[in-house]
Amino acid sequence: MFMFEKAVVGSRRYWAWVLGLLVIMGLAFLAYLRQLSVGLVMTGLSRDVTWGLYIAQFTFLVGVAASAVMVVLPYYLHDFKAFGRITILGEFLAISAVTMSMLFIFVDMGQPMRVFNVILYATPSSMMFWDMVSLGGYLGLNAIIALVTLGAERKRMAPPRWVRPLIILSIPWAVSIHTITAFLYNGLPGRSFWLTAILAPRFLASAFAAGPALLILLCLGLRRLTSFDAGREPVRKLAVIVTYAMLLNVFFILLELFTALYSQIPEHVEHFEYLYLGLHGQAPLVPWMWTSSVLAVASLVVLLVPPLRRRESWLAVTCAMVFASLWIDKGLGLIVGGFVPSPLGAVTSYVPSVPEVLIVLGIWALGFLMVTVFYKIALSVREEVAAS
Amino acid sequence: MSFSRRAFLGAAGLSALGLTGKAAIDAFALQPPHEPASTPAGTRWAMVIDPKKCLEAGDCTACLDACHRTHNVPAIDNRAHEVKWIWKESFEHAFPSLQTDYPPDALRDKPVMVLCNHCDNPPCVRVCPTQATWKRSDGIVMMDWHRCIGCRYCVAACPYGSRSFNWSDPRPSIAQITPDFPTRSKGVVEKCTFCEERIARDEPPACVAACHAKALVFGNLNDPESDVRSLLRSHFTLRRKPELGTRPAIYYIV
Repeated sequence: MFMFEKAVVGSRRYWAWVLGLLVIMGLAFLAYLRQLSVGLVMTGLSRDVTWGLYIAQFTFLVGVAASAVMVVLPYYLHDFKAFGRITILGEFLAISAVTMSMLFIFVDMGQPMRVFNVILYATPSSMMFWDMVSLGGYLGLNAIIALVTLGAERKRMAPPRWVRPLIILSIPWAVSIHTITAFLYNGLPGRSFWLTAILAPRFLASAFAAGPALLILLCLGLRRLTSFDAGREPVRKLAVIVTYAMLLNVFFILLELFTALYSQIPEHVEHFEYLYLGLHGQAPLVPWMWTSSVLAVASLVVLLVPPLRRRESWLAVTCAMVFASLWIDKGLGLIVGGFVPSPLGAVTSYVPSVPEVLIVLGIWALGFLMVTVFYKIALSVREEVAAS
Repeated sequence: MSFSRRAFLGAAGLSALGLTGKAAIDAFALQPPHEPASTPAGTRWAMVIDPKKCLEAGDCTACLDACHRTHNVPAIDNRAHEVKWIWKESFEHAFPSLQTDYPPDALRDKPVMVLCNHCDNPPCVRVCPTQATWKRSDGIVMMDWHRCIGCRYCVAACPYGSRSFNWSDPRPSIAQITPDFPTRSKGVVEKCTFCEERIARDEPPACVAACHAKALVFGNLNDPESDVRSLLRSHFTLRRKPELGTRPAIYYIV
């Protein structure tokens, strides 16, 4: 099924990598069983900071998933041929990232066995309902598109005509998944940190920087580890996309800072104060946030100077910096920062517990495993086609 | 007839989709009747709290004890994981938009009782993905602890910090279980229900019944002759964070 046979033949190195990921997943599963039996008390969450690493990873990964549109749109709408070889990589990355983000929601639930209540008592007024609809739809769309286009490529035929409307649909759908994810936080009275109309654009900008940055790293990695070469052109174009998106992201953060700091409205200032300076003597995120800022500025310096950006070793380091910077900003600061101080003024810090971190690593390992298996399948099909 | 593996899997997938799709459509048609059985039509329950009377009673915790005993609310020492339906909050934290550098001595650093505001326009109800929390026609914001999936979206949405999550099994932390009220399991959200089970028996909420100082007054906001309305007529009252448009049903006399 699904050309899965390609994934079970591989080198010793391939199997060592897969086995390593499986071990992490196994440990994470044990940690999750523990959480299932004792409850979320096992995490570092509290009545003041009720969402933490799980929900933050979910948010970040929805962005990575949405960013597939940055290769799909140029290729299918503008017939930008250079992305032809990597479009499938973007789609498989999206499938993996959506699966991870759904799992992150699942492990955050206090009563996971009741998950189908979301369908059974479908509630259109809840943004969480719409998030489920949009993520599920996006997963389905990308699965069908990837399967059909790869299947056609294997038979050396053009993809069937009916898949094109689905591809076109997947473009606005990608924007919708991250917009709705922003809406989860966006419309809550009393959470001033998120109560900003620029949250969705900011989410999209950071997504379109982090996702393509990861894709560049994956392309460069594949060139080193496999016989697949994405070519220089698509990597360079992706780098341009990362540059624009990262600029917009930093611009949006500065807009947020101006609004909060110039208005000096305490409930807007305090969250930034907590994140970047510390509040009431509590400053666990301060080193992280400044690291994120430094990485963002440093990466922009390289990205904005074309001769530097074109050196692939520099580009690789820069993309890693972009990814790390945005992971901290979104996968750490954005969610936790919204909870501190609480609506009652409590400053409660959040430090994830060891088993909580283990569960997070396990889901990331699953994502890497999915990417590995999917890419293995896609590249094996390509090799097969090239050989015959 | 030949039926390839691929075709079989395709058909199986489509059938599964069809089955769940039907369930989803049925779900839209299924709206459980959330109407209270015994409340007269046109009732809007509300509470007026007089913090001064409360403070005169000193370190009294009668209302809080009665509520938590009646409803099997666990006593958890760790502030991070505590569960509470009604509690004392400092005036500054309960009314952050009314900050003054020179509060009257009567209020400075003094606690006020806070509980679920049973808002007219509750954000928690809006965000709940399973309708495990909903507003009744008499204004009570209710919880179904058997439907709650524990996503804690309502906790994030409540601007009053009125919702508690059961981070662990609450039962070991209940000193003595009151048998005629359910206990909760781990992983669900809970909060004050305005003692809807007592109101149904024509009894006032447990906190109101327990307050010797008569600092908590409960009644029907739609009845001009009710105690709450007469207090609202004769006193200037505040609601918590009115600027958020949630329209709380808990009024504070200043």
